[in-house]
Amino acid sequence: MPETTHVDYSTKIPNNVGLMDDQRVLKALEQWHPGYIDWWNTMGPDGFQTSDVYLRTAVSIDPKGWAKFDYVKMPEYRWGILLAPRMEGRQVNFGAHKGEAAWQEVPGEYRAMLRRLIVVQGDTEPASVEQQRFLGKTAPSLYDMRNLFQVNVEEGRHLWAMVYLLQKHFGRDGREEAGELLNRRSGDADKPRMLGAFNEETPDWLSFFMFTFFTDRDGKMQLESLAQSGFDPLSRTCRFMLTEEAHHMFVGETGVSRTAEATCAAMKAAGIEDPYDINAVRKLGVIDLPTMQKKANLHFSLSLDLFGSEVSTNAANYYNSGVKGRFQETRIEDDHVLTSDTYPVSKLVSGQIKMVDEPALTAINMRLRDDYVADCNKGVERWNKAIEKTGINFRFKLPHVAFHRHIGEFQNVKASPDGQVLSEAEWAKKRDAWLPSKADGDFIQSLMQPCWERGKFSSWIAPPKVGVDNKGGDFEYVKIHQG
Amino acid sequence: MAKRIDFQTEPSRYRHWKLKFDGDVAELIMDVDETAGLFDGYQLKLNSYDLGVDIELNDAVQRLRFEHPEVKTVVLKSGKDRVFCAGANIRMLAGSTHAHKVNFCKFTNETRNSMEDASANSGQKYMCAVRGSAAGGGYELALATDHILLADDGNSSVSLPELPLLAVLPGTGGLTRVTDKRKVRRDLADAFCTVEEGVRGTRAVKWRLVDQSVPNSKFEQAVKDTAKKLASTSDRPADAKGIAFTPIERNIEDDAVTYSGVKIEIDRATRRATLTITGPSEPPPASVADMHKQGAQFWPLRLARELDDAILHMRLNEAEVGVWIFKTQGEAAQVLAYDKFLEANKDNWLAREILHFWKRTLKRIDVTSRSLVALVEPGSCFAGTLAEIVFACDRSFMLVGSFQGDNRPAAAITLSNLNFGAYPMSNDLSRLATRFLGEPESVEAAKAQTGKPLDAETCEEMGLVTSAFDHIDWDDEVRIFLEERSSYSADGLTGMEQNLRFAGPETMETKIFGRLTAWQNWIFQRPNAAGAEGALKRYGSGVKANFNPERV
Repeated sequence: MPETTHVDYSTKIPNNVGLMDDQRVLKALEQWHPGYIDWWNTMGPDGFQTSDVYLRTAVSIDPKGWAKFDYVKMPEYRWGILLAPRMEGRQVNFGAHKGEAAWQEVPGEYRAMLRRLIVVQGDTEPASVEQQRFLGKTAPSLYDMRNLFQVNVEEGRHLWAMVYLLQKHFGRDGREEAGELLNRRSGDADKPRMLGAFNEETPDWLSFFMFTFFTDRDGKMQLESLAQSGFDPLSRTCRFMLTEEAHHMFVGETGVSRTAEATCAAMKAAGIEDPYDINAVRKLGVIDLPTMQKKANLHFSLSLDLFGSEVSTNAANYYNSGVKGRFQETRIEDDHVLTSDTYPVSKLVSGQIKMVDEPALTAINMRLRDDYVADCNKGVERWNKAIEKTGINFRFKLPHVAFHRHIGEFQNVKASPDGQVLSEAEWAKKRDAWLPSKADGDFIQSLMQPCWERGKFSSWIAPPKVGVDNKGGDFEYVKIHQG
Repeated sequence: MAKRIDFQTEPSRYRHWKLKFDGDVAELIMDVDETAGLFDGYQLKLNSYDLGVDIELNDAVQRLRFEHPEVKTVVLKSGKDRVFCAGANIRMLAGSTHAHKVNFCKFTNETRNSMEDASANSGQKYMCAVRGSAAGGGYELALATDHILLADDGNSSVSLPELPLLAVLPGTGGLTRVTDKRKVRRDLADAFCTVEEGVRGTRAVKWRLVDQSVPNSKFEQAVKDTAKKLASTSDRPADAKGIAFTPIERNIEDDAVTYSGVKIEIDRATRRATLTITGPSEPPPASVADMHKQGAQFWPLRLARELDDAILHMRLNEAEVGVWIFKTQGEAAQVLAYDKFLEANKDNWLAREILHFWKRTLKRIDVTSRSLVALVEPGSCFAGTLAEIVFACDRSFMLVGSFQGDNRPAAAITLSNLNFGAYPMSNDLSRLATRFLGEPESVEAAKAQTGKPLDAETCEEMGLVTSAFDHIDWDDEVRIFLEERSSYSADGLTGMEQNLRFAGPETMETKIFGRLTAWQNWIFQRPNAAGAEGALKRYGSGVKANFNPERV
């Protein structure tokens, strides 16, 4: 069966890439499948593998018709290989190969480069499932639990997507890398995941929301740039993944917003106007807004590290080679070759944070990060609008890009959230005012009590405005059969 | 590159390395300060190195041998979290003159050879603990150790990405050590050298690229165990006390550098330097204990350090001085007395170190790209160890009798036992055995004359010098030789001299130097690497190199 917009369920692995006629790849995927299921059972959501979860499954890649909702036991979710439809006459749209026909096969000279990009992207997908595997037990509602699992199964599917590319296009090395993706473990001392942020714990639901807002948004930016790739199968895969990624960010943005909403409503009801009266606010069983700001500071800074060095040879090579573009590449008005352009980069120049013009090619990471920060700010603004409506005088603000960094220009300096360079001693004194302290963590943990009754929500989070698939807030999104 | 490069340093001045001592194990930790490059225009990111980093490494390796007889294993590791060492800094290479690149690589090789020398000859074993990526020169550094441990964490890797990334070679011993030291199969080596991201974990062991691949949680323990195991094979004394490498005495002027026992005088008009070595003024100490007491002032050691510094200074800072004239002055009998002392005490760790230090310093002379000539004149002391310098030279001239009005004793060369194996060249033969490759009987004849002062005519007859001239011919003959030398192409001379100096068998060391010269230094000049559109020039810009496909 040739490539179609409809998903072929005749093989064990749903797909729209004609797997039936590609016995080599079908066989490789079938061999990989048991390892994946084993991974899912041991590293996927803990305690809910036999529960029926109201999940959406893709039946078609048509933008309007791909989401179909039904109860599914997660291990039986139809993970599959889904690519966005091929665009006739698509070209390489940037770099040295600009104007050539997009590649349907991997060009030999970029094989290592592409494989590395796909492996790094692929590694983040199972990592977040591992990070989030214990959260089900403290879900503040069935609605939120269902959203968590939806995110998890889709991260699982994104892993499939990357594994398909590895097995289809990268030969034996690709198969080995596909195997390794199941062997690494988030936070494991011996086999850690490849990127730092994916080895951090997700200890509570607020962390989960912040993670889906900030870190999955990095994922979105990376997918957006890979969707521009001159390697057409990668582009098509990423384009389809982006449709799912949007839901993850929705979960994050509304999760944080609903948490703040519950806080503001509780404060109003108790007659507390000062958002910094933390003890009084916490007694209401909600998370005070300054602590939420600290969480945002943490997750934003960790996510910035995922963009790599501001000035990067690798990023320049990826761009020039046509394998990884910029955010919304084709809508940018320039020559898309960039060999004679510059781009302003924030750098540390003799102890001062300054903007320095760098060759645009080497500043690709910086540009993507700028686009990311702008995208984050839009979401933060929506949070602030929601708070404003409640009448509480508080605004969330993203910290300076130099704050709490471990990679890039600012890794060796301490900076405050407003971008002042500090001494080690000043930083140590202020750290707990800017980043979650142990006590903050303990407090949030104390609120993390399961709330699994239909239609009920934990005190610290407000119900959603609308439910999933036009169902109400009291719909039984997860039928729990603990096993 | 007008700045004078100084090879003298000491641990309190290190910017890039740290030394930690724990009984018989020392840690040599590479933690490069990216803002402290030797020149402007590049940052030493990701533990990449330049000559300045290597000068400190060389100093550390030397001090470990002399100041720390108790250290039996040296563990080479990185002070950075996710990277072991990214190799030679590319922007530094791209911005360097060809001559600087060549001399930098040569010095790098010499330092790595000296690590292997410590392992092989003085019981100080080197091992390498690789966490993060060891790329290019970083892996070459690891290759110079006896044992490589690689963390099996899914990220740590070893690689030689020079060809795919830069269109040059891992030329400081990388290819040769992969095939000849680690004996990696050639097709696997070929694959390895074209995989930019390198090889990790068990495959790296299987391909013989590393010795062990160890999970992170067991890594520290495995490093400790290996260090102890290596230490147990060492014959270094447990209770000896090291000697302090006190700063050498040196006075630098525009056209002269004066040490206590070496004087360099430069004649810029003729582009010649005269290096005059002064023999010992005191007889050797009465006992080994007294030698230890003298420490860095013990004449053979003091002179070796000074000569070593002089050679490095001249190589890097005086590239246009193309001819070096070696002279000596002093009492040959005293020089021979020191030779006898060292030979008699060669089982003492310090005496052994000094002999190996002389061996390495003489090897530095062998691979120096200058025309070398020895003038053996009245009052000179080319005896034993110092006679090796005559044999290291491309030509040697000896005066018959005396100059008019000069009452110093006539020139003589006296051989000692040390001329017959104590100071092998990189081909693993003594200079005399190399000199007489086709006539081993001449080596035997020379040996029979050990200890006897040999006059000019005898030396010429025995082939120990090129020519013997009397005072009537001397000035003209020497002048004509020197003028003729100056008239030739500097490149042609370097090539010819290096070809002629190393007769006899190939060793790993001769291959490393030879291939650096033949291949890397050729590639370094070619447009595919060094041209405006070459890989070295375009590295980091994101723009691909433009290659000329013609095979030469």
